[in-house]
Amino acid sequence: MTRYLGLYFTRIGFSVATALIGVFFALPLVWFIFAPFNPRAELGLSIPEPFSLTNFEAVFQNGFAMRGLWNSLVQSVGGVILVGAGATLASYALSRSPIPGKSVITYILLLFSSVVSGSAAMVPIFLIINGIGLIDTQIAVILVFAGGLLPTAMFILRDFIDSIPKSYEESAMVAGASPVQAFFDVALPVIRPGIVVVVVWAFVSIWGSFLIPFILLRSSEKMPASVAIYSFYSEAGTPIVTLLAAYSLLYSLPVVILYLLVSWKFGFRFFGGIKA
Amino acid sequence: MASIRFKSITKKFGEFVAVEDLNLEMNDGEFVCLLGPSGCGKTTTLRMIAGLETPTSGQLLIGDREVTFLHPKDRKISMVFQDYALYPHMNLADNIAYPLKVRGEAEAKRHARAREVADVLKIGHLMERMPSQISGGQQQRTSLARALVYPSEVYLFDEPLSNLDAKLRLEARGFLNHLQRDMGMTAVYVTHDQAEAMALATRVAVMDAGKVVQYAPPMEVYRRPATTFVANFVGSPPMNLLPVEAMIADGALHLKADRVSVAPLPVSRAVAAALNGNSKLTLGVRPEHLSIARGGEANAITGQLFANENMGPEKLVTLERDDAARFTARIFTDDVIALESTVTLGFSSEHIHLFDPAGARLPMDGEPA
Repeated sequence: MTRYLGLYFTRIGFSVATALIGVFFALPLVWFIFAPFNPRAELGLSIPEPFSLTNFEAVFQNGFAMRGLWNSLVQSVGGVILVGAGATLASYALSRSPIPGKSVITYILLLFSSVVSGSAAMVPIFLIINGIGLIDTQIAVILVFAGGLLPTAMFILRDFIDSIPKSYEESAMVAGASPVQAFFDVALPVIRPGIVVVVVWAFVSIWGSFLIPFILLRSSEKMPASVAIYSFYSEAGTPIVTLLAAYSLLYSLPVVILYLLVSWKFGFRFFGGIKA
Repeated sequence: MASIRFKSITKKFGEFVAVEDLNLEMNDGEFVCLLGPSGCGKTTTLRMIAGLETPTSGQLLIGDREVTFLHPKDRKISMVFQDYALYPHMNLADNIAYPLKVRGEAEAKRHARAREVADVLKIGHLMERMPSQISGGQQQRTSLARALVYPSEVYLFDEPLSNLDAKLRLEARGFLNHLQRDMGMTAVYVTHDQAEAMALATRVAVMDAGKVVQYAPPMEVYRRPATTFVANFVGSPPMNLLPVEAMIADGALHLKADRVSVAPLPVSRAVAAALNGNSKLTLGVRPEHLSIARGGEANAITGQLFANENMGPEKLVTLERDDAARFTARIFTDDVIALESTVTLGFSSEHIHLFDPAGARLPMDGEPA
C-alpha cells in the first residue's frame, strides 16, 4: 500500500514539475499573442483592455516595414527554389551513382557549410559579392543563402534517398522508362516528403536570418523583415513595444501558415510502398 | 518471345566474383529457374539479363540481339521484383498501366488494357486503391499484372513469391505454372526454394558460388544430381549422404561403413575410374526410397531413433548415427509407426547414388553422364 502511495506522489510531483516548465516556456508566447492587440502594451503580461487593432494600423502605415515583409518573401522563396532543386538533384545523384568516396564528399560539404553560413565567413563573402558587383542586390542574398544551406540540405536528403529502395526506379526502367522518366515519374514523387522537409527547413532558416541581408544590402527598400524590424526601435535603441509586437506577429505568420499548409497537405511523414 | 544466351559472362563486384565464366542457353519459350543458396550469383545473373547490372566481361544475347550494354528500357523485358516495387503514389490502374504510359499509350486505352490484365488476376475491382491499401497477395498480383500488361520477349522473376505466406505461395505458384502453359513465355525465375523450381521450371540451373553446377530438366536434377551439393539442395528433406569405404573384389563393388550393409554392386566405368588408387566414396539415398527394415533387406542402415515426425500423408523417421550424421526416411503410410530406440532402415540397390570424393556423381553404365 505504501509503495503505491509513493508511486502516486512521485507521479503528481512529476506532473507539477513538467507543468511549471511548460508555463515558463508558454509565457512569452502568450505575451506574443496578446500584446499586438493592446494599445498600451508593455513587457509585462496583461489581457488587452480595450482590445484594439490600432497597433496594426500604425504598422501597416510603415512602408519600410511592409516592404520588408515582401523582400523577406522574395529572398526566402528564391533561396528555397535554389536549395530545393539543387539539393534534390545533387543528393539523388550522390545517392544513386557509384561515385567512390561519395560520403566523404558530403561530409566535407557539410563541414564547409557550417563555416560558409556562419559569421566567420562574412568578410570573405562580402569581398566576393563586392568583387562580382552584386552588393545591394536581392540575388546576392539568395545566392549566399543557397550556398550556405545546400550542403546540409543535400546531407539530409541524401540520407533520405539512401533509405528508399532502388527497385522503384529499376522497375520503372525495366518497364521501359528512360532514367529521366524514371526520376520524374517514380523517384521524385517517392522522395517528395524528404524534399518538403528540406524546403520548410530552408524557408524558415532564410526567413529568420538577419546577418547576411544586413551586410550584403545597402538600400533600405531591399531590406527583409528581419532587418526592417529595427525600424520599431527609437533613436535611443529602446523598442516601441506596441508596434514591435504587432509587426512580430505579422512576421511570424508566413512560417506558421507554411507549417500548417505542409502538415495538411503532406503530413510530415515518410511513406513507402515496398514490401520488406 | 526470344532465347537468351550467356557467352562466358563474368561479373565482379570489386574483388568479389559474383558470377564466373557463365555459359548458358535458354531456349525460346523455356521457363528456366535459377536455383541456389543466397550469395550464389543467381540474382546477379537475372539482373544482368534485365540490364540492371553490366557484365565485367563476356557477351549476352536476347534473340539475335547483343544486349550486353543495352539500357534496360530497350531490352523488351518485364520483371517482377521480390519487393514488388509498386509505385506508392499511384493507384493500381496507374501502376499496372505504367509500362504503357512510357510507351505513349493514351490514358483510356492503357487503363482498359490494365483492367483486362487485372481481371485475369482477380484484382480488377481494386483499380482505384493505392498499393498500401491492399493485401500482400494482391500487391504481388499487381506487380505481376504490371509485368504482363505489354508483350515482352523475356519475363524475369526475382523471388516473386518469397514474401507471401505459405498458402498464398502455393496458390501463386500454381497460377504461374498455368500462365506458363497458357502463354508459353520465355521466363527466367530466381528462387532459393527447390520446390518452386521443381514445380515451375522446364529446366533448372542449380548455382553454387557463382557457377552453374547442373543445368537440366527438374526430374533429371532430382533423379541424377550432378554433385553432392545438388543432391543436398534439391529434395525435401534432402538426399541422405554417407561416406563409405569402397573396394572392388570378384568383379563387384563392395561398400562398407559402420552399422551399414550394402549388397555388392556392379562396377561401372565411372566407379572404376574413381576408385583408381582411392577407396573413399559417398553413398546417397533419397528419404522417399528408405523404409523401415523388416529383416532380409539387401541394404540396411542402423542407428538410434532421433525423431519421428507425423506430416499428415507421410511420416519422417530420422535416425542418428554414432558420428552424429542423420538419416531421414520419408514413409507414406496412414499407420502410426511404433519404433524401438534402435532403428534400421532398408533400401533397394536401384536407388543408390554414388559420388566421388570431390562430390561429382558417378553414373551407372548406360546412364547419360
